[in-house]
Amino acid sequence: MLDQLLSSLTDGLLLGFVYGLAAMGLSLIWGVMTVINLAHGPVIALGMFGTYLLFSHVGMNPYLALFLVALLGLLSGFLIYGVAVHRVIDAPHLSSLLATFAVNMILIGVGTALFTTSPHNIDYPMGSLQLGSMITIPGTRFIAALGAVAFTAGLYLFLYFSRPGKAIRAVANNRVAAELMGIPSAQVLALSFGIGTMLAAVAGGLISTFFPFTILSGGPYELKSFVICVLGGLGNPLGALLGGLILGGLEGLVPTFMPVSWVPVVEFGLFVLVLLIRPSGLLGAK
Amino acid sequence: MKNRLRPGLWIPLAFVLIWGLAVLVLRQDTLRETTFTLLMFVGLASSLNILLGYTGYVSFGHIVFFGLGGYTGFYLLSQQGWPLYIAALAGGVLSAGLAWLLGLAVLRLRGAYFALATIGINEAARAFVSNFAPFGGATGLFVNFSAYDHYGGAGPALWLAFILLWIITLIILLTSFLVKHSRFGLGLLAIREDEDAAMVMGVKAPQAKTITFAISAFFPGIIGTLYFFKNGNVEPGDAFQLHMSIEALVMVMLGGQGTVLGPLVGAITYQGLRGYLLTSPLFKSLHLAVAGLFLLLIVLFVPAGAVGWVRGRFSGLRRFLE
Amino acid sequence: MILEVRDITKKFGGLQALTEVTFDLPQGQILGLIGPNGAGKTTLFNVLNGIYAPDAGRVIFRGEDITGLPSYEVARRGIARAYQVVRPLSDLTVQENVMVGACFGRECFSLTDAAKIAGEVLAQVGLADRAQQPAGSLNVAQKKRLELARALGARPYLLLLDEVLAGLNPSEITAMLDTIRQIRDRGTTILMIEHVMQAVMNVSHRVIVLDYGRLIAEGLPQEVANNPEVIEAYLGDPKIAERLMRG
Repeated sequence: MLDQLLSSLTDGLLLGFVYGLAAMGLSLIWGVMTVINLAHGPVIALGMFGTYLLFSHVGMNPYLALFLVALLGLLSGFLIYGVAVHRVIDAPHLSSLLATFAVNMILIGVGTALFTTSPHNIDYPMGSLQLGSMITIPGTRFIAALGAVAFTAGLYLFLYFSRPGKAIRAVANNRVAAELMGIPSAQVLALSFGIGTMLAAVAGGLISTFFPFTILSGGPYELKSFVICVLGGLGNPLGALLGGLILGGLEGLVPTFMPVSWVPVVEFGLFVLVLLIRPSGLLGAK
Repeated sequence: MKNRLRPGLWIPLAFVLIWGLAVLVLRQDTLRETTFTLLMFVGLASSLNILLGYTGYVSFGHIVFFGLGGYTGFYLLSQQGWPLYIAALAGGVLSAGLAWLLGLAVLRLRGAYFALATIGINEAARAFVSNFAPFGGATGLFVNFSAYDHYGGAGPALWLAFILLWIITLIILLTSFLVKHSRFGLGLLAIREDEDAAMVMGVKAPQAKTITFAISAFFPGIIGTLYFFKNGNVEPGDAFQLHMSIEALVMVMLGGQGTVLGPLVGAITYQGLRGYLLTSPLFKSLHLAVAGLFLLLIVLFVPAGAVGWVRGRFSGLRRFLE
Repeated sequence: MILEVRDITKKFGGLQALTEVTFDLPQGQILGLIGPNGAGKTTLFNVLNGIYAPDAGRVIFRGEDITGLPSYEVARRGIARAYQVVRPLSDLTVQENVMVGACFGRECFSLTDAAKIAGEVLAQVGLADRAQQPAGSLNVAQKKRLELARALGARPYLLLLDEVLAGLNPSEITAMLDTIRQIRDRGTTILMIEHVMQAVMNVSHRVIVLDYGRLIAEGLPQEVANNPEVIEAYLGDPKIAERLMRG
């Protein structure tokens, strides 16, 4: 029982890192421009497909492909921002919610036409790791967790030590003041959105190395991202990582005590509860 | 009151009335089915509009009331043998009661947080029902065909469901109009514009919002019961589709939020568009993408929706387009 | 005594916004509330209005303790407020804006009665010809009049005016002051925050002065103007001090 519990828990925590990475993208966009990106799910799915296509048609190592997927994620973020979000950035929230949801519909529609809804997967086994006598971890999960941590570190270095990063933090803090100081806010917003989608795409790519996926797979991860962001505090990227670990840990633990089908009930029950009791999240919102 | 007979009311009512009569007279099954779907969405969109259009609170997961009310009503009629009318009403009452309770907690949230909370509630409800044995768990419930004999057989039962939905749709449109033009409705519009200023002026915002939430949940509960009755079964995957919620939202935006005619126009346009796209060989696989594109164009360029835009442009027509 | 304020204290985190503010307001008077920026005047209004509950102290309105009641309950008891930063209900018409005030204020009028009252009130403030325009389309001065009209529509016993003269040119100020006097003549008690010194000194019966959350002076306009503590509070702006000296 104990080793099963520990295995599940470790598994869940490793997965939690990746969840956290995905949620971080959503959290960053919210933090900088108070927009909830409802196209988050399809972008994750596109990350999955991007990695898959590079692996299966170009023969690239999926982990190397991630960098290209990151770039594509960044560029699609610019595109989505410019087309859908820029015009409604100062409009009531409903407008940006619906605009990003419209992009969601477009992406899923086009994606379904291109890729159909049949599942794909990437077969690139990386062996497994033994931790002590009780825990065996699939290599792909472990590397995915490492990848998530690496990208998180990269994000922090970027936000705190680079000029564009500081500009992003300035705009997140007070857009008008930042503009008055000469920061081109439209470009910064586009960059932030792009980074947000980039993180989502990379998370999708990482997930594709160990789970099969369809064009619709992004949906559940989008929902999980909402839960995580609320848990950790919307706008707080470190909170997203923490929230991801909590969610991953819960997913690992709960099935040991209840039938697996109860996991969503726990997840969303927790979600609504946190929204009601502490909407700013465990680590405080932006 | 002469107010009550305004064109803004009888235009949408007459439209639905005449269309329904046409279906009854022509007695064609396919026409009945397409009209059923249409009326269902008119009802859902109008109910959503009562919350969204009048108070400004965006419920993304509103379909949860359709699902839970529908499940309850279906359970009562299929497992407990209740008559359809009462079961549907019970479904509506359950949804309204649930909305009232949830609203007390959730309506304290504003803007995007409220929208997210409604999504969370919908997902939690779906997951819960999938585990809830009396409601059939993951497989759901189905009605024994003999239950239809109670209504004279499957055929007449389907016509009955249609007629009830038709009547309910008329009631929803009427309710939407009455709310908008009441003192209560004025308070709601004030909340929509500036909730804090409204409270300073004396509008009891918390109570007003909760009541409105309950009203907007009541009708989807009834509609859900009728829909599942017609289908003969219900399962978690069908009952809590977030997509249906969003489609209803699109219809409200397309037609014009905050108006009585808007959801009707939006539902007809959206369903028409969808029907065309699904049957056209060119767009079949892209119907979702095209719908998304329409939604995007509306949100970016015509946020007031069709009816809202016309009212803004041609103020003389305001009397007719409520 | 329509309003009795006793020892109102309010803290926000580390900031002591109000400390033991105490004063009385007799029915039918115009009481001016002045003080340097940041003195806590709007915070005091927010406490009176029910937007914040004070940490300590009581607010007694027409003999009833209304401390800590939510703002809609306070409105129902007959206190109305015109905001400093105007908050029109933009998509509603000017008339509908005033009707909200009338329908939900002290007397809970029906829609038809509210429409009649709106008509009267709009005439009183000079916005009658704009009744059917969306409130968002008015200019700032007109929006200020709308704020006032909305508050009046509720037929309040007590009217809280928060810098209604700010941003108005001299002729607009004179017109607004006349309107304020008319409102008082019809029996409404007024408590007004103002920075336009001549105006508040001319129209108020009495004046109270807040500085750093404390009430530092109270009395007739002349007395307050000559009060050394008041002058010192404003010393940051010698022009105002000079104007006060001149009365």
